Amino acid sequence: MTMEIMEGSIAIAETVRLCRPQVISAYPITPQTHIVEGLASIVADGRLDAEYICVESEFSALSACIGASAAGSRVYSATTSQGLALMAEVVFNSAGMRLPIVMGIANRAISAPLSIWNDQQDSIMMRDSGWIQLYAEDNQEAIDMHILAYKVCEDHNILLPAFVCFDGFILSHVYEPIDLPSQELVDSFLGPFNPYQKLDAKDPISFGMYATPEYYLEFRYEHDQAVKRAADAIKKYGKEFGEIFGRDYSELVVGYKLEDAETAIVAMGSICGTVKDAIDEMRAEGKKVGLLNLRCFRPFPSTDVAKALAHVNTIAVLDKNVSLGAKGAVAIEIKEACYGSNIPVYDYILGLGGRDVRKRDIKKIVELAEKGEGDMFYGLREEVL
Amino acid sequence: MRELRIHGRGGQGSVTAAELIATAAFTAGVYSQAFPAFGVERRGAPVQAFVRFSDEKIRLRSQIYEPDYIIVQDSTLIRDVNVFAGMSEGGIAIINTEKEGTYNLPKGVKLIVIDATKIALEEIGLPITNTTLMGAFAAASGEITLEALEGAIKERFDAKLADSNIAAAKRAYAMVKEGHV
Repeated sequence: MTMEIMEGSIAIAETVRLCRPQVISAYPITPQTHIVEGLASIVADGRLDAEYICVESEFSALSACIGASAAGSRVYSATTSQGLALMAEVVFNSAGMRLPIVMGIANRAISAPLSIWNDQQDSIMMRDSGWIQLYAEDNQEAIDMHILAYKVCEDHNILLPAFVCFDGFILSHVYEPIDLPSQELVDSFLGPFNPYQKLDAKDPISFGMYATPEYYLEFRYEHDQAVKRAADAIKKYGKEFGEIFGRDYSELVVGYKLEDAETAIVAMGSICGTVKDAIDEMRAEGKKVGLLNLRCFRPFPSTDVAKALAHVNTIAVLDKNVSLGAKGAVAIEIKEACYGSNIPVYDYILGLGGRDVRKRDIKKIVELAEKGEGDMFYGLREEVL
Repeated sequence: MRELRIHGRGGQGSVTAAELIATAAFTAGVYSQAFPAFGVERRGAPVQAFVRFSDEKIRLRSQIYEPDYIIVQDSTLIRDVNVFAGMSEGGIAIINTEKEGTYNLPKGVKLIVIDATKIALEEIGLPITNTTLMGAFAAASGEITLEALEGAIKERFDAKLADSNIAAAKRAYAMVKEGHV
């Protein structure tokens, strides 16, 4: 293993190269831009034999990916925020057509008001689209999850698209050490794309046809079943990934000092790193606090969550999103997973639009949860309300 | 873990400086992390960039509030930004200025004042001071070696630009080492 230091976006672009996509189509948008610039350079320099399709919008970018994927190519795209919002119709279409597209999401807040900074509202907005959603804690996970996602998506028993989500700026623009795998290892894990079916003029088929009321319900059922099956596929290939690359992804939820924890924090993405440092400090003061890192939001690993949290007294969920008028999307799921357990689940909406989250905020949230105060926007500046 | 905060203005290469310092530190065998605080991305606006150094893998993702070191690329920032915020005893502040002012320096913080603009103009021909200040940082902090810094600069810039930037970094390094600042 050779560690190199590089920007997250460049590490992702180089990893996508290692996955050998045959078609890339994307439209640049902050903070995803360095990824598509990197990929455009890689293709232009002849380091990847792929078609890079320049388009005029994100809607077109994913539409091009649909055509290329249906024609039997491995494809890649990346976007964020408004770009993902503009894609919305195509996001649902590509999933319904069961095309194994992998798309990087450099998580960013949604307008209005305009914000280029990080939260996870964008990918959460696509919660019900039928895409797999993986969330990276650091850039090593972001690149590993790209490789893993292709393996899972292209399994003929799954056939789904996947988001690989990584926090915009916080991960996309950070320089940190990365183990960029060798081409040989990635090839041995992934192999060439073997489409289940593809567009062929000699043997015509159609994708995304009309489904009358006699068929639509069954299409949705089968799609839902496939997303649920993806949980076991991620575990299986995540284990295989670990055997080849030395980093295990066989769990959809990962505990940190959770075994004997009285209070559990549940979080997704890069905030988990800050939470771990805060937990170490709280542990040094004798407080039994642990973390459950949700690596996968769709499919939602309800049973795994319930099992991992069964022994705790209090659950504090950190949500970098909000379902306005309800709660944070993660808290809604955690409450459902823990239904019947009588463990109180408190939700904290925080870090929206790039608001920085510090160790002291995590400690404060643990104090609030232990006092039974939650279901709130954390860190509001009262003076501007 | 040690932390560096770089204050500059858009266009002065603060983010590049953070990346090159992190690269130099990592190649010399410690974990490092560099990232920017992006605001409104326009020339002249105050910007910050951050670097962490640690013997263990760095997990912390928040910005830096209690830096061990600061680099100030433009001393006029001091009027508008509390560049010394969060510094404490044992810290090192490196300020680029042609004339030392009176600073509200926290107790026990070592001040290094250097005319990096003059050095950059003479060595590079441009008032871009990031590499010069990186040389001063290497000498003052010991977090990165001059050799590793040279390597990081060579990797980033083409040969001619790298040579002049390395010359500027070396000159600042020597000035700090010899106490001529």
